[in-house]
Amino acid sequence: MPVPDALEFFIDPGRCIGCQACIQACTECDTHKGQSMIQLDYVDRAHSTQTVPVVCLHCDSPTCAEVCPADAIKRTEDGIVQTARKPRCIACNNCVLACPFGVPKMQTKMNLMMKCDMCYDRTSVGLKPWCASACPSQALAFGTREEMARLRPHAKPVNTFQFGRQTIRTKVNIMVPRDAPTDIVDVTASMHEPTIGREILDDVFMERPDGGDA
Amino acid sequence: MNGPARTTDTTPPLDRETIGAFGPHLAYAKDGRLDTGIEPDKYVKTHCCFCGQQCGMQLKVKDNVVIGVEPWYEFPFNKGMMCPKGIKRYLQQAHPDRLLHAYAKDAGATGGFRAMAYDAAIRQTAEAIDRIQSTHGNDAFAVLSGASLTTEKTYVMGKFAHMCLRTAHIDYNGRLCMVSAAAGNKKAFGIDRAANPWEDILGAGVILVSGANIAECAPITTNYVWQAREQGAKVIVVDPRITPIARTCDLFLPVKPGRDTALFNGILHLMIEHDWIDHAFLEQHTVGFEAVAASVREWTPQRTAEVTGIAVKSIQQAAEWWGTAETSFLCHARGLEHHSNGVKNVMSAINIVLASGRIGRPNCGYATITGQGNGQGGREHGQKCDQLPGGRDLANPEHREYVAGVWGMDPAALPQPGVDAYEIIRKIDTGEIKGLLSLCFNPVVSLPDSHFVRQALEKLDFYVVIDFFLSESARYAHIVLPGSLHEEDEGTVTQTEGRVVRINKAVECPGEARPDWQIIQDIAKALGREQGLTFESPREMFEELRVASKGGIADYSGISYERIEEHYGVFWPCPSDVPDGVPLPGPQGTVRLFEPGSWNPVARGAGPFYFPDGKARLNVTPYVGPAEDVDEEFPIILTTGRVVSQFLSGNQTRRIGPLVDHCPEPRIEMHPRLAARLGIADGDWATAESRRGHCTLRASVVTTIRPDTVFIPYHWPGRKSANQLTIAAQDPISKIPEYKVCAVRVRKADAPPEYAAALEPQQ
Ligand code: SF4
Ligand code: SF4
Ligand code: SF4
Repeated sequence: MPVPDALEFFIDPGRCIGCQACIQACTECDTHKGQSMIQLDYVDRAHSTQTVPVVCLHCDSPTCAEVCPADAIKRTEDGIVQTARKPRCIACNNCVLACPFGVPKMQTKMNLMMKCDMCYDRTSVGLKPWCASACPSQALAFGTREEMARLRPHAKPVNTFQFGRQTIRTKVNIMVPRDAPTDIVDVTASMHEPTIGREILDDVFMERPDGGDA
Repeated sequence: MNGPARTTDTTPPLDRETIGAFGPHLAYAKDGRLDTGIEPDKYVKTHCCFCGQQCGMQLKVKDNVVIGVEPWYEFPFNKGMMCPKGIKRYLQQAHPDRLLHAYAKDAGATGGFRAMAYDAAIRQTAEAIDRIQSTHGNDAFAVLSGASLTTEKTYVMGKFAHMCLRTAHIDYNGRLCMVSAAAGNKKAFGIDRAANPWEDILGAGVILVSGANIAECAPITTNYVWQAREQGAKVIVVDPRITPIARTCDLFLPVKPGRDTALFNGILHLMIEHDWIDHAFLEQHTVGFEAVAASVREWTPQRTAEVTGIAVKSIQQAAEWWGTAETSFLCHARGLEHHSNGVKNVMSAINIVLASGRIGRPNCGYATITGQGNGQGGREHGQKCDQLPGGRDLANPEHREYVAGVWGMDPAALPQPGVDAYEIIRKIDTGEIKGLLSLCFNPVVSLPDSHFVRQALEKLDFYVVIDFFLSESARYAHIVLPGSLHEEDEGTVTQTEGRVVRINKAVECPGEARPDWQIIQDIAKALGREQGLTFESPREMFEELRVASKGGIADYSGISYERIEEHYGVFWPCPSDVPDGVPLPGPQGTVRLFEPGSWNPVARGAGPFYFPDGKARLNVTPYVGPAEDVDEEFPIILTTGRVVSQFLSGNQTRRIGPLVDHCPEPRIEMHPRLAARLGIADGDWATAESRRGHCTLRASVVTTIRPDTVFIPYHWPGRKSANQLTIAAQDPISKIPEYKVCAVRVRKADAPPEYAAALEPQQ
């Protein structure tokens, strides 16, 4: 069964609390049990608790598949870019290097590239992916566009990204402020709310209680 | 409180031999748990064991092993969401460290304990209890219980202590968790429960979060707060650290630890000055406002700023947002409550809620966020030192008579109220208490000033521990009895909103282990005092609890297992009978407290609050600083707390590999400005010392903490334990320890600590 058209994936990094529920959930996924396919990083832990979760964005013309010499990466009709097919993958690492979002992972022990397939076993039967089911902040969310527009009126989904001269359209959306320009290169720039940056942050603690300058 | 530092050696033993035999070792998914496409024998709908949110989830079971979890999308509170602890909780079951037998202390045996027959262990336990009680009196034997147990078990524990052992001394580890909120709520509202369901967060215009690291300690609440913000709510966070929920809040108030009462007094001062007060509500529904108003007159913004370390303009902004809000929700957690002034802190926060008049209505709410799995239900039905089921008081003659009647005993034979958990430890130290039974409590890791706790436990004539793993405290036991995991028993739990939910059994106990309540009943029987402790199932206990709680404030009489299942939980109070003309609560029980015109058994129609006049109380809350303030010798504030991947003393979560990998070891968190002054770089070993002990950990240098404060998470044992440093100062009313403030000095460590090479991170 294909993933229903109406159901889409939305990433909203501004909501992320770094709890790693997505990573733990990803390792429970039946298509790659025991391995997490999610990338979760602190932007700059010394100065902020901001973390950014990245799942596969499922490109319309997936670079990973284009650079694959063995034609091991398939994009199914419903727009899901599947994990490398075991009999074909030659573990050349091309996809790992080519993906602009750093998604595919080489499982050296298995000589196989693995990547997020949006929990195909779940989404193809109408369930949410594991990560978006669990995510306590709903930084990773799965549902309809209408639902998202209703729940998050100040944000809009973006799925076109510009990398130099390459334009990439993806199945997965990133939530950005409603009035933001659409060319978003990297997910951290798309944060719904700016982090409390270094300056402001130092300020918060350094302000003299009486309102004078420290 | 300030005194000289201890001179005796406070370094805990490394316990390598015991750890080798009993762990904590790490479990990862393997075999059947890794197989894909495996068809489970069953999916069991239940709840998570690792915090008071009680996320609904399904356990996947194959051949008596929990092989994984599956979201339970229909459960309304979390709709499938879970934090990492919930997702990996299944790895605690079928764990290599699981206790399968009873054990007796035996210096000659591997790891210091020898497996023994269960019946013999029960017999020896009963003999020891009998010997101690007949020689030294009933009160010489004490019981420590826990708030992660089902409500049925907590009921049995209270009954066991009060009716079977007839000891005054039973208390529980909610003493370290919920008691300041409980006492503050009782003084202000006459009832101790979250006033509102979490749904009311969604529609609130201003959300004030005080001392609650929501993202890490109550992760599911995050989505409620974020969703409210999407709809325009302003979020104000009061915390000495920029926790993940504070990162994008609208207003951050970096309170200096221990100064919360001053902040709320200052906010109320501004509300009064600007007349952001609901006079009609105060007039009609409260008493005490005049005295409180007079008492906060001195809390000018200037003075508040000086004491709290928060900028004047931020205090003004908070007061304005709070004061002028149409709807609001105030929530707090241990950051506000873990203080020697915890109850005052809570009451000062409630004062600004009552002054605003925004309570008892949709989208106008107030709640403490419970920490432990059954933080709410565990504090209601008689395992607190002064309590009987239904939230009744052990000191109240009518309450004694009612409960004694249900139990079929003479009320005069019920003991009088005993002392709190830490006082029990002190009485062990002085020799007044000679024997101890503990269940679901790991005092060596969780109590403050742990060096004192370890010394006291060593003095016990007899200590019996019921546990599923050999906890750090169980290492001090003479007998260890193999109890049950959450997934091995059934019952109910009351989650953070006051919603009673069903815990369903997924697997059978392994080996000789058995449900905790059976062990307790076996001991009672071996003592020859099994009267009232012959339950055959948790359902039978619940049925008796319904009767025992009937007419009390925490009235469960209208709740049944079936009703819970039908409505995804039932909120107490849920009486089965009310006077003529008073409507019974709806099918889901009393979802929101204090609604206009609502009836309760104390006010009997006089008003919505649980006092005879039906009115809420504003309480005067004079500011008093922390018990141990910084000085020249110990110039830095230490505050402690949690990380998202661990639960309490870590007896369970420090055995779950993927959770340990997330945050393997505690670090001492400090601001770069402090680190620079101390010559410490990120990742360096740093030693923190208080008057009570010392602790060497790696430093984490981050700008997300006040420069006058360091933070250490408390889930680790032995030489990594933050509680080697903390102070056993307690709130005079709630007896909660002051985990959130003590004075330390910090220096760069001379060398890596011995444990670094000897132990794994989780040990
Ligand atoms: S589960 Fe959600 S909030 Fe937690 S780290 Fe992943 S994306 Fe962030
Ligand atoms: S995000 Fe990377 S892995 Fe996913 S489809 Fe695009 S190129 Fe391939
Ligand atoms: S620990 Fe709390 S938030 Fe996490 S899954 Fe369990 S109940 Fe939910």
